[in-house]
Amino acid sequence: MSFLMTLFWVVATALGALALGWLFRAVLVLATPANMARELRKAPLTASFGMLVILIYVVVALFAPLIAPFAESEVVGRQYQQWDSTYLLGTDNLGRDMLTRMIYGARNTVGIAFATTALAFFVGSILGLLAAVVGGWLDQFLSRVVDILMAIPSLIFSLLLLTIFGTSVVSLILVIATIDATRVFRLARSVAQGIVVMDYIEAAKLRGEGLWHLVTREVLPNAMAPLVAEFGLRFCFVFLAISALSFLGLGIQPPTADWGSMVRDNATLITFGDITPLLPAGAIALLTVAVNFVVDWQLHRASGLKE
Amino acid sequence: MTQMNKSGITRRGLLRGATAMGAAALILPAGMRAASAAPKKGGVLRIGMGHGSTSDSLDPGTWDNAYSQVFASARHNYLTEIDADGQLVPELATEWSSPDATTWTFKIREGVTFHSGKTLDAGDVIASLNHHRGEDSESAAKPIVSSIVDMKADGSHTVVITLEAGNADFPFIISDYHLAILPAKDGKIDPMTLDGCGGYVVDSFEPGVQATLSRNPNYWKSDRAHFDGLEILPIVDAAARQNALLSGQVDVIDRVDLSTVHLLERAPNVNILSVSGTQHYVLPMDSRAAPYSDNNVRLALKHAINREELVDKILNGYGSVGNDHPIGVSNRFHASELEQRTYDPDKAKFYLKEAGLSSLDVELSTSEAAFGGATDTAVLFSESAKAAGINLTVKREPADGYWSNVWMQKPFVASYWGGRPTEDWMFTTAYASGASWNDSYWEHERFNKLLTEARSELDDAKRREMYVEMQSIVRDEGSVIVPMYANYVMALSNAVATPEKVASNWTMDGFKAVERWWFA
Amino acid sequence: MAHVWRMIAQRLALGFLTLFVISLLIFGATELLPGDFAEAVLGQSATEETVAAIRRDLGLDQPFHTRYIDWLFGVLQGDFGKSLSNDRPVLDLIGNRLGNTLFLAIYAACLAVPLSLALGILAALFRNSIFDRVSNAAALTSISFPEFFVAYILILWLAQGGHFPSIARLSSSASLGQTLYQTFLPALTLTLVVTAHMMRMTRAAIINLLASPYIEMARLKGMSPMRVILKHALPNALAPIINVVALNLAYLITGVVVVEVVFVYPGLGQLMVDSVTRRDIPVVQAVALIFASAYVLLNLTADVLSTLSNPRLMHRR
Repeated sequence: MSFLMTLFWVVATALGALALGWLFRAVLVLATPANMARELRKAPLTASFGMLVILIYVVVALFAPLIAPFAESEVVGRQYQQWDSTYLLGTDNLGRDMLTRMIYGARNTVGIAFATTALAFFVGSILGLLAAVVGGWLDQFLSRVVDILMAIPSLIFSLLLLTIFGTSVVSLILVIATIDATRVFRLARSVAQGIVVMDYIEAAKLRGEGLWHLVTREVLPNAMAPLVAEFGLRFCFVFLAISALSFLGLGIQPPTADWGSMVRDNATLITFGDITPLLPAGAIALLTVAVNFVVDWQLHRASGLKE
Repeated sequence: MTQMNKSGITRRGLLRGATAMGAAALILPAGMRAASAAPKKGGVLRIGMGHGSTSDSLDPGTWDNAYSQVFASARHNYLTEIDADGQLVPELATEWSSPDATTWTFKIREGVTFHSGKTLDAGDVIASLNHHRGEDSESAAKPIVSSIVDMKADGSHTVVITLEAGNADFPFIISDYHLAILPAKDGKIDPMTLDGCGGYVVDSFEPGVQATLSRNPNYWKSDRAHFDGLEILPIVDAAARQNALLSGQVDVIDRVDLSTVHLLERAPNVNILSVSGTQHYVLPMDSRAAPYSDNNVRLALKHAINREELVDKILNGYGSVGNDHPIGVSNRFHASELEQRTYDPDKAKFYLKEAGLSSLDVELSTSEAAFGGATDTAVLFSESAKAAGINLTVKREPADGYWSNVWMQKPFVASYWGGRPTEDWMFTTAYASGASWNDSYWEHERFNKLLTEARSELDDAKRREMYVEMQSIVRDEGSVIVPMYANYVMALSNAVATPEKVASNWTMDGFKAVERWWFA
Repeated sequence: MAHVWRMIAQRLALGFLTLFVISLLIFGATELLPGDFAEAVLGQSATEETVAAIRRDLGLDQPFHTRYIDWLFGVLQGDFGKSLSNDRPVLDLIGNRLGNTLFLAIYAACLAVPLSLALGILAALFRNSIFDRVSNAAALTSISFPEFFVAYILILWLAQGGHFPSIARLSSSASLGQTLYQTFLPALTLTLVVTAHMMRMTRAAIINLLASPYIEMARLKGMSPMRVILKHALPNALAPIINVVALNLAYLITGVVVVEVVFVYPGLGQLMVDSVTRRDIPVVQAVALIFASAYVLLNLTADVLSTLSNPRLMHRR
């Protein structure tokens, strides 16, 4: 019986999400200029739901202090209070309002994750494409450096860099971005290697196009799909990396709220069937799913498939 | 000691009872009491410890976590033992005496053999203690035995130890968990040996994986070591440990996760064993550095911390509030007459004004390495201090290297003490002038004078008076905030029986659960 | 083909150079981390004299280059030294654990790689259908949860009911079936953690090619969609897929410490973390070299397979 109930709720939630997506798409189509609206009208419901979720996260992140009912680290009551009208999601292990922590968590976590992933992709993909296009010693050099960076156990690597540069948010972003960039580099390089041997690249070379043109105009657009797919996931890995680092005492400084640490702090509750840690974990999962639904839509558009 | 039906009593009520009695609290179903009357032999006890790593060593000088310590008391014996009541009782030493508290004569038990068959004599004792002493000592216990000036054997079973100054508590000190008695060969012990004269013989040991032991058939204690064998597993992850117990893969776990203990209590077949001991958490301030050099600032901070809230939220009720001195209710000379310090932002403001300040900015360095919940403690402290006009910034430091880079390096940090069985030992370790672990760099003339005098005082009434005054000095002028005493919280399967009273000096019945407990 | 062999030889040679550089870097890095073995082993109990005595005894007071060269010569002669912590030969410490780590990695890979490739191909085939959306959402949700959290949920569902053990105790006498049963939960956790990445990449790489003229051509010839994908799209989409698979295999070998801790599985990850905490350099070095070799070999394999899968790269003009 309980299984049927669960199934019912899952289906109901999914249908609700699609309905929201449909509504949001309708609003967007009305609110945007004609050529954009035409594209949007074709967006699948999942993608418009994804966009809605992302928009909500961004709004929450930007206006956190206005939305949150309490101050970020304010202790408002006993620990683990039930959900009620004052504390909509109850309180956490220190008696802070869970909803407030979630809202501020959006600001801190999403901001850092976005900055980190963007940086990692910018550096990683440019270098990866360059290595593939130029080839030769540059390729060898960059590939071996990345081999080395990837082969250093990430524990030592992050401990070391954070010991040297301190545990500020900026150094956190730089360290995780460096580690991520090596992974992006390998992917970008291997995708681009398949592209640089194509006839149209030969043609562009014969036309005498410059290196920059080759990389950004010829190779990048054709390597975009796997990179975009990777972006959707790397984004999520950053949350996990922050949570792993906070375990070593290296993550975001308390009392700043971030979802990764919130999962970790409350995780043991789940083994007793208490769903408190599912809230921050669910927030991460929802964002990941949303981002990837939008990514799927973009992939589909980029592939040029008509169906 | 309180024993109550689990279902009939609330946790908080139980704790109040426990602390008021100043002793161990044990939650057991009523039916178990009868069973616990007579120990039975048999069964293999599987223990899941919250410590233990692949780099654990057999060398007694390196034992620094409960895994090594429990494993050690399973295979080794010590000269003296602290029993469940906190009293000193003979183990390998049958009797000891001293005319002046400076020269101590220990009679060594005859007819005790090591697992290897070697017979215990005075030479083994001297070699074992010498392992920690001397220029080249690499032992963490070196400061503990540094007061020994000379040791010599008087016949095959008597050892005479001379101290540099009188110390009435010396027999307590040699019960320290580092000072296990190992077999000597040519006047030296092999620190890596598995041989000992304890209740269990080691079958296998893989650091960070498991240790298996079986009962020592020749054990000299006939009423101890009831299990046929032991399996000691390091299960560092709190949730994994609980699940191992719940699913019956282990019989006992220590370090129960306090954030979910209220849920574990409800599980059938599981009993929570909570012991209030000497373990306490501290926030030492460097008394040489501004602003902590001003006692008014220290008092302001002491009044700005909400101890009740910390015990409630960090310890989930499994502990008691501290009164800014390190002598707990289970200590002999605990000063119960001192008024309990409470959260009082107005008083904190008053002391700030006395110090000539209207507001105060401080940074508290913390890490989970200091104690479980240290970061949360700092966060709560920071919130409660706001009301007193104190802006306390929490600085979470990496757990890695915390003891060498933060503790005693940064001016305001979090730390803990496992607690020492005697007042003198605790004060000498962390509060005496020039002590290497005086983590607040605190100097107090009157305190130091009392400390030396009380050490060689043999009249208990006078000693008590002195120790009470010292506790009051540390409370009001010391440079350490002692916000809470943490219980040792373990969980046992129904099948495991314990004596009525469980020792409070360390976790796992003073590390001796392996030889004091049995299967009902 | 000849240039592939040349590439392998060249890369293996470079691989040794990489290992050498890594050993130097790790040695230096461990050195740069605050505190050394003596301070770490004594912890809160450290005093100046005892720290100095340990350093003297183990030669930690020697300058950096002396110790590194000593270590290097030892390794070149096949002697990886002894653990500073418990005086055991490093190779003894590592032996069993390396086997355990590889066993778990292979177990998880055998579950995860076929599963994610199949899901990825099916998702590409039925793109934008309910199957596609649901399998994606499920995989993404499982990857969004930290590993320990996935592990806890599995324990809640599968271990508390008594179906599977929550701690993976290995014994040498157990049969393969028993061992597979004992280690099912850690392997399943790892599978859930790595599946989404490989599946998404498979799906993306295939869809990226579906609008290409030659695929259109195949479709116009009346080939079934499944055949189009398997025969025409997949071979050309292999490069990024192989790379992501290699990346995840490397992760299964080097990055599973959290799973080892939760399931009390004696693998290399735990050894690495404990040794770094203790600054036990010989052990750190040996484990780091194993991890580095895994990366180098897997990266090399990925590059070779990518080359082999692309005729244009095979027959470069």
